[in-house]
Amino acid sequence: MNSEKIIETTKLTKAFGSFKAVNEITFDVKKGEIFGFLGANGAGKSTAMKMLTGLLSPTSGEATVAGFDVFTQQEKIKKNIGYMSQKFSLYDDLSLLENIKFFGGIYGLSKEQLNERGTAMIERLGLADVSHKLLKEVPLGWKQKIAFSVATLHQPKIVFLDEPTGGVDPITRRQFWEMIYEAADNGTTVFVTTHYMDEAEYCNRISMMVDGRIAGYGSPKELKADFKTENMDEVFVKIARGENYKLQ
Amino acid sequence: MSALKFILQKEFKQIFRDKGMLPIIFVMPIMQLMVLSFAATFDVKNIQLEVVDRDHSQLSQSLIEKYVASEYFNLVHFKHATDPKGTSLQEGSVNISLEIPYDFEKNIMQNTPVTLSAKVNAIDGMTAGISASYAQSIIQEFREEFVKENIGLLDQGKKSFAINFSMQNWYNATLDYKFYMVPGLLVLLVSMIGMFLTSMNIVKEKEIGTIEQLNVTPITKGEFIIGKVLPFWCIGMFVLSLGLTIAKLVFSVPMQGPIYLIFLFAMLYLFVVLGIGLFISTLADTQQQSMFIAWFFMVIFVLLSGMFTPIENMPVWAQKITLLNPFRYFIEVMRSVLLKGATWSDVKMNFFIIGIYGVVINTMSVLAYRKTNG
Amino acid sequence: MFDRLKGIIKKEFYHIFRDQRTLLILFGIPIVQIVLFGFAISNEIKNVKIAVLDQSKDEHSSQIIDKVLSTSYFDLDSYVNSLDDINDAFQKGRIKGALVFPPKFSETLRKENKADVQIISDATDPNTGTQIGNYLLLQVQQYLMEHEITATSTLPPALINTEVEMRYNPELKSVYMFVPGLITIILMLVCTMMTSIAITREKETGTMEVLLASPMHASIIILGKVTPYLLLSFVNASLIIALGKFIFEVPVLGSYVLLIGEIILYCLVVLALGIFVSTVAETQQLALMISLFALFLPTMLLSGFIFPIENMPLPLQIVSKIVPATYFNIIIKSIMLKGATLNFILKETLILIGFFFILMGVSIKRFKIRLE
Repeated sequence: MNSEKIIETTKLTKAFGSFKAVNEITFDVKKGEIFGFLGANGAGKSTAMKMLTGLLSPTSGEATVAGFDVFTQQEKIKKNIGYMSQKFSLYDDLSLLENIKFFGGIYGLSKEQLNERGTAMIERLGLADVSHKLLKEVPLGWKQKIAFSVATLHQPKIVFLDEPTGGVDPITRRQFWEMIYEAADNGTTVFVTTHYMDEAEYCNRISMMVDGRIAGYGSPKELKADFKTENMDEVFVKIARGENYKLQ
Repeated sequence: MSALKFILQKEFKQIFRDKGMLPIIFVMPIMQLMVLSFAATFDVKNIQLEVVDRDHSQLSQSLIEKYVASEYFNLVHFKHATDPKGTSLQEGSVNISLEIPYDFEKNIMQNTPVTLSAKVNAIDGMTAGISASYAQSIIQEFREEFVKENIGLLDQGKKSFAINFSMQNWYNATLDYKFYMVPGLLVLLVSMIGMFLTSMNIVKEKEIGTIEQLNVTPITKGEFIIGKVLPFWCIGMFVLSLGLTIAKLVFSVPMQGPIYLIFLFAMLYLFVVLGIGLFISTLADTQQQSMFIAWFFMVIFVLLSGMFTPIENMPVWAQKITLLNPFRYFIEVMRSVLLKGATWSDVKMNFFIIGIYGVVINTMSVLAYRKTNG
Repeated sequence: MFDRLKGIIKKEFYHIFRDQRTLLILFGIPIVQIVLFGFAISNEIKNVKIAVLDQSKDEHSSQIIDKVLSTSYFDLDSYVNSLDDINDAFQKGRIKGALVFPPKFSETLRKENKADVQIISDATDPNTGTQIGNYLLLQVQQYLMEHEITATSTLPPALINTEVEMRYNPELKSVYMFVPGLITIILMLVCTMMTSIAITREKETGTMEVLLASPMHASIIILGKVTPYLLLSFVNASLIIALGKFIFEVPVLGSYVLLIGEIILYCLVVLALGIFVSTVAETQQLALMISLFALFLPTMLLSGFIFPIENMPLPLQIVSKIVPATYFNIIIKSIMLKGATLNFILKETLILIGFFFILMGVSIKRFKIRLE
């Protein structure tokens, strides 16, 4: 892991009327790390992520993603990121191969690249015999892994995962995290939101959001030390209760 | 531009894979055209006629025979006495009740003006107006024949003018209502595909969440919109060709003018309705809503298009509103090219207007469609 | 039991009032349509543009032209020089009719006591075309009569006038036809489409199972679900009648009690239809499609709402006989516009009652099968 910052925000804010969904958050993500973005439902995680992926324009503050400004260069950001949301969002009425072709194609992969990476991916997932089946016939457990693979097919600098393991059984979750590690080893930065606290332990660094603000920020180890607890669950509970914590 | 290719591929695959969609695209238009052309008719035939003959003369009899012989009237009742309350009109078995007064024959022979009375069930105003004018024209014919035949019996001193009228019904000499409706219905079908299918298709991506996935990719708005719209454009053109073929083969609708004008116009027109569909999709969150909104616009467009009722009959303010109605322009082009044999110089204004319309509506929709919110 | 029923009804109202867009459309469509039909759609022949080809330009021809143009029916577009010009004006859509006088019109008339006049109308729309033709003819004939009376100061032979009484709708307003028709359609839309969608939605989201698992009887659940739509339809129907009455003076000649009774009967029939659809359809999408294409379109086209049934080909007439709306359309028109009493519409009423029992019977049977 090097120290080059690939995401950097300063006082990034999103206001809907007088309600500040995201309130002056400042953090950075380093190249190649797995960055966990934690918080209760409604804490502002999704809004923050939408601003970073160019789906939502920020109200004020500053932020760059992969070196591009989130206010003015949203389309350039989109070329350099991958995205997978909690809702399964590949096309059910296309086959695995067709989805790969489609999403790879709109990221501008050449025919050779599509063939090569597509075949490699199908092999890696061990799905050769179902690659021509429509996705609606593929079991749910597989879909999440497929979605992740499709989101990283164009080898983005950063991949954003919005609660990727919601509603998935523990074994699949485990396998899913193995895929995340693999991607990180290959140099892809992973930005993941979750509310499973055990998953927080897998991240290099995390930030915790409460009511639109960042209330905890650092490596799991540092956070546990700061709050003098044994596990992330308790860190979360303490932060959520509003215990004082000095920002770094 | 290469992203466009992939979107188009995907759209076509999805459309042709959707078991519910295929019949809507291929079977529905044929069904609708066949059924609607027969059902959507204001053809006035089989007018149910009741005659109350108080005169019982030879002359009254021959007038009644003229009605019986006419293809427009069915004599359902024949009464000797009047029915003052008009119960047959009330119960609905009769459309017109015609009363021939006492001394009908006598007065005519003596050159005293006579007055017939006709009671018309006028709830359906249009049919009533036409039925009444048919009824009157039969009386006029009767009179003319009578004058011709009885010129000797009548007062010799007077010679009346005889003017021969040649009534010509141009462009639809047989008065076939289907010739009028089929071109209009074709416009309706093509427009429905544009508005309903496009808007529902985009809203469906909203519902299942894939639109968000697309919005974080680098495809441009333009690529996305063209990729969405172009397949339906092709389907629209296909349905139009299919419809015109049916119009020719099944309904023998005359095609006087150059058909390429219709296709050229449809190419432009489809961009307008697709643009409207696109615009609706930016207003709706669920397919059900988009369907209702599309329905709402559809109803207004149809009523103010001149499809069923002539635009000239509308009040001036309503006529002005029809200028904003894209349906109106296509229906005009369809009917004047097919039936009247209009050429480019006759319909160039329509091309011009619909061209501008297309630019405006698509600009609006593109602006309203956002990849990035807030 | 009534508390439970009340609970379900309340819940259903929440659903309805929270989907404001649908609600807006539900009330917006009838209002917009009635205003359009009332004000904009008319079958009156007025200010029709005509062209005149006068090849004689003499006393009689110009007097006839003056007479024709003096009426409110016709406006002059232009004097033209040839039949080709007329054709061109028709093609450009500038005129709807034309009057042609041959050369030496007055002279022929004087010498031979007869002459020819050509009346041309744009018959692409056959009805408007024939009407325009007939109106033009009438004007010319009237001129001849007036001329003869002044010239000879005696009456022309065999004068037959026709006194036409346009009963029930003296001004031939299309809104008279439209108000009853719209009620027929809207009741169907609300009762059948909305109900079937509402019930299938509960099936789809799985809340139907929750309700069925509760101690309530299935019939109470269904009753609770349909009552709000019954009320909603009633409000909608009243709104349409009121708009028609106060803005467009569409009368209600018959008794209100009878009218309300028949509306309730029809609502019950279409509600039963909605319940039936929901026993057939598994998804909202399917329910919507069935309602729209199998029920809504036939109702609109074949019930005599817009297009007169007697002019349709026989197969369509037969289909129209199994559309409940056909009968209700007759009933409501008779009550509102003809002031009919129950004996006039007894047959139609009995048929509707029959429809109701058949549909309910079939639905209950299907519902039971599904539950077992």
